[in-house]
Amino acid sequence: MSARPAGERIPMSVPLQRPAAPEPPAASPSSVPPARAGAFWRLTLRRLAAQPTTRVAAALLAMIVIGCLVIPWLSPYDYYTPHFDLLSRGPMLAGAHLFGTDPLGRDLLVRVMWGCRISLAVGVAASLVSVLIGVAWGAIAGYVGGWLDSTMMRAVDVLYSVPFVPFVIVLTVLFGRSLWLLFVAIGAVSWLDIARIVRGQTLSLKQREFIEAARVAGVRGVDMISRHIVPNLLGIVAVYATLTIPAVILFEALLSFLGLGVQSPMASLGSLVADGASDMQAHPHLLIVPAALLSLIIYCFNYLGDGLRDALDPRSR
Amino acid sequence: MPDPSAAPEPLLQIRALTVSYPAGAHAGALPAARATARPGARPARAEAHLEVVRGVDLDLAAGEILGIAGESGSGKTQLLLAILGLCGAGARLRGSVRYRGEELLALPAAQLNRTRGARIAMVFQDPATALNPYLTIGRQLTEVLRVHRGVGARAAERRAGAMLEAVHIADAARHLRQYPHELSGGMRQRVTLAMALIAEPQVLLADEPTTSLDVTVQSQILALLRELRERTRVAIVLVTHDMGVIAELADRVAVMYAGTLIEQAPVEALFAGPRHPYSEALQRCVPRLDGPPPQRLASIPGQPPDPAALPPGCAFAPRCAYRLEVCERSAPPLVQAAPRHWKACHYDEPLGRPGPAASAAAAATLAAGEVP
Amino acid sequence: MSANAGHAAAADVAAAAGGAAGAAGARLLRVQGLRVGYEVVHERARAQLVAVRDVAFEVARGQTLGIVGESGSGKSSIARALLRLVPAQAGQAWFLGQDLLQLRGARLQAMRRHLQLVFQDPLGSLDPRMSIAETVAEPLRVFEPQLPDADRARRVLAMLQAVGLSAAHLQRLPHEFSGGQAQRIGIARALIARPQLLLCDEPLSSLDVSIKSQIGNLLKRLQQELHLSMIFISHDLSAVRFACDRLLVLYLGEVVEQADRDSLFGAPRHPYTRALLQAAPIPDPRRARARRRVPLTGEMPSPLAPPSGCVFRTRCPHALERCARERPALRALGASLVACHRAEELDGAGA
Repeated sequence: MSARPAGERIPMSVPLQRPAAPEPPAASPSSVPPARAGAFWRLTLRRLAAQPTTRVAAALLAMIVIGCLVIPWLSPYDYYTPHFDLLSRGPMLAGAHLFGTDPLGRDLLVRVMWGCRISLAVGVAASLVSVLIGVAWGAIAGYVGGWLDSTMMRAVDVLYSVPFVPFVIVLTVLFGRSLWLLFVAIGAVSWLDIARIVRGQTLSLKQREFIEAARVAGVRGVDMISRHIVPNLLGIVAVYATLTIPAVILFEALLSFLGLGVQSPMASLGSLVADGASDMQAHPHLLIVPAALLSLIIYCFNYLGDGLRDALDPRSR
Repeated sequence: MPDPSAAPEPLLQIRALTVSYPAGAHAGALPAARATARPGARPARAEAHLEVVRGVDLDLAAGEILGIAGESGSGKTQLLLAILGLCGAGARLRGSVRYRGEELLALPAAQLNRTRGARIAMVFQDPATALNPYLTIGRQLTEVLRVHRGVGARAAERRAGAMLEAVHIADAARHLRQYPHELSGGMRQRVTLAMALIAEPQVLLADEPTTSLDVTVQSQILALLRELRERTRVAIVLVTHDMGVIAELADRVAVMYAGTLIEQAPVEALFAGPRHPYSEALQRCVPRLDGPPPQRLASIPGQPPDPAALPPGCAFAPRCAYRLEVCERSAPPLVQAAPRHWKACHYDEPLGRPGPAASAAAAATLAAGEVP
Repeated sequence: MSANAGHAAAADVAAAAGGAAGAAGARLLRVQGLRVGYEVVHERARAQLVAVRDVAFEVARGQTLGIVGESGSGKSSIARALLRLVPAQAGQAWFLGQDLLQLRGARLQAMRRHLQLVFQDPLGSLDPRMSIAETVAEPLRVFEPQLPDADRARRVLAMLQAVGLSAAHLQRLPHEFSGGQAQRIGIARALIARPQLLLCDEPLSSLDVSIKSQIGNLLKRLQQELHLSMIFISHDLSAVRFACDRLLVLYLGEVVEQADRDSLFGAPRHPYTRALLQAAPIPDPRRARARRRVPLTGEMPSPLAPPSGCVFRTRCPHALERCARERPALRALGASLVACHRAEELDGAGA
């Protein structure tokens, strides 16, 4: 170690300090700032914001979310009261029916915004549930390995083979139509993909040297999974969660289209598309508006998911 | 500055070569920009470009082995890649690289392809990734001949077999039909050498060819390289961080630090009397197996340079035991210190003992780092 | 496994560790008959790959034992077997009064504190999502869970300063550091719980030349300050010459020579040791080119199909017919142990 005489200009690299004794000295620093692992996520956010497509997608989604929260509140119309004098009118400025009205004279703008609320709520909530179940399932199966892994993944395989739509039909017959049933049904099937992916990632993470280092440092079992495995999975989980949301929204739209989802007068984008499709030649706006919004939401989430994947890719660091 | 005593026209002539990448685009080609140890430091994002090779001048004569020594961040690998136009996406190359008088940097891809492999070949550090796992050795060897020399299949096979024998792989016929994963590390590196030399190039660029090999295999490969040079008069540019390998094989040595060529000399002159503090320190860092076992290893204080955060003036100044005032302000030019010996350093006294111009700290560092 | 069992086990280990503390030269680790193998799939059939075959050695307190070998020699497997990261097929490893290879549960956990590892790839051994303060604090979390947060933080800072880093680095993530700095972090993590024995698996191999020396000096200084015993695994002869007191040379899973440092480098007795010393490049062009060298031919055979008798015979310039039949035992020759049938007669040939 080189000693630098006083007055010598300090070089750019920090010189090796006179090493302190292993025991903490009497005058120790008063407080050491707590660990902030959020540094990693701030970095990811910065890289995400650097991509123009992601910025546009995020902005559009933000507008839609704000719109679907604010517009039904601001609008003089609600989504269920019919106005028999304004049936199936196209978009017009009179009466501020910006998207027109539906066959029962209800303002389409408000109904579509309500539809967005339902679709987004179902999408985000069901994805959240599926992520929680999928991560736990996959991480445990992957980390423990052996017969537990085989059993858990065979269960996943079996569930994969269940045809989703008839499954939901059966549930609807047994329990009646409701929004909660929709959550459960969709959540019950969409965790499977994430479980598989998380298990695969866990298997490869297990081989990484820092996991070995943690084992040498005495970490085991649940501690290992929660402190080391799951945080290193979150990146890929975030990507797949963001990509699961549009899949769930689309699935819900399908169910509503088939008449299995929300009950009228409540509307989701899917049911609005279904209603609009049946009348599309006479009144195309009834189909175009909800379909366009549905497509826009799905595009935005897909772009966000792709952008997130790029932002997390270690190779482009 | 070129070496005027290389009488015939040098085979490869590099002048003022500069390679830069847009800051933030470190894909694959660079190590991640690292925060220096300064508290609160962040990697520079405001700079438009990171220069990884800065104004390098080099000559390579036919049949000569030129060693390029340096640590990580020195730009030595980027220098090789730039010669063949293999730098990563977004790289900007300035300067001139002439092969037998022909400018390579400006060449369009199609013509550059004809030079690559056929006249200038390259061997990489990791033989496992240089070979296509899906093709047999024979296919990969003959491919070069068929593409570049238009040789027919049967003749190419015979040449491939002869080449394997030239790199001392016995039972060539059997190995030609094998896949890369069936061979050991040393054999794979021999195969990559065979692939590089089969089209009889005049220049071989070797990027750390023995680093991933065991030491006993390394000495075999080094002996092989020497033999191949004797037989075919191929010129070799050998990039490595291992001074021992340089001492074994090179005729001339160029030392790089932070993208700059800081010393160039015949190998014996460099080891006997280095003129740049970095070369001198590097040699002292390499412990020898003869002499008494050291109590402390000589080291260079500080960290290797970060291309994103280079100091003004000489890049080595922060770590230099012979640092002067002027070193922090201006980067020293490459000047001639002795016949065929060039250095880029402001300090003119001989190294190894503190002269009157050296600061007191230099003496202390020297004393601390001295091997007893 | 109850907390009580954990406490009891920890207390046992602490007693064993404390009792012999300061008795420099006393034996800390004794390994006998170690055998490590892996089940692999080779050419579509299950096969046993024996990485370590009947290895025995001792480490005394305050001493550094070097394990030298090339890739495939099994040196990393020895470390991993001792740390119970991979199972050992046979052998005993007596450490602090217990056989490491038989420990389970709370006893194994308590033992881990005193047997730590510095990894070859410094950046890979750090969790990329954890700040280095958290990483270095982890062993304290595991082995001293009752330590208050403030004390833990102070010890983390003190350890980081001891390895040459500072408070400014605490919240940084691993990717912000260079290889040398990351290795310092790895060393800090390994030493913070004050182990008795530190294993280093190629700790300098992935570092730049100038940084190798810094970290090498750091390890030696810390060893002296903390009265550590070390096992230093490397293929780099100059590194082991600097760091080690005794050396073990491994070839294809077997010990071929064992000696103190000066005997091994001054008068190597096994043909493989001689070949290794000869093959090491000399950073002096005149001497490098002047010396008469016959590089060793061939490469290390695959551990799946080791040669019969002496494992080195396929590359040994002095191999006899006897070498193919009979496996040479490790026997004493002067101050060294050598496994070679012709050790005595070759001794005159010199290095």
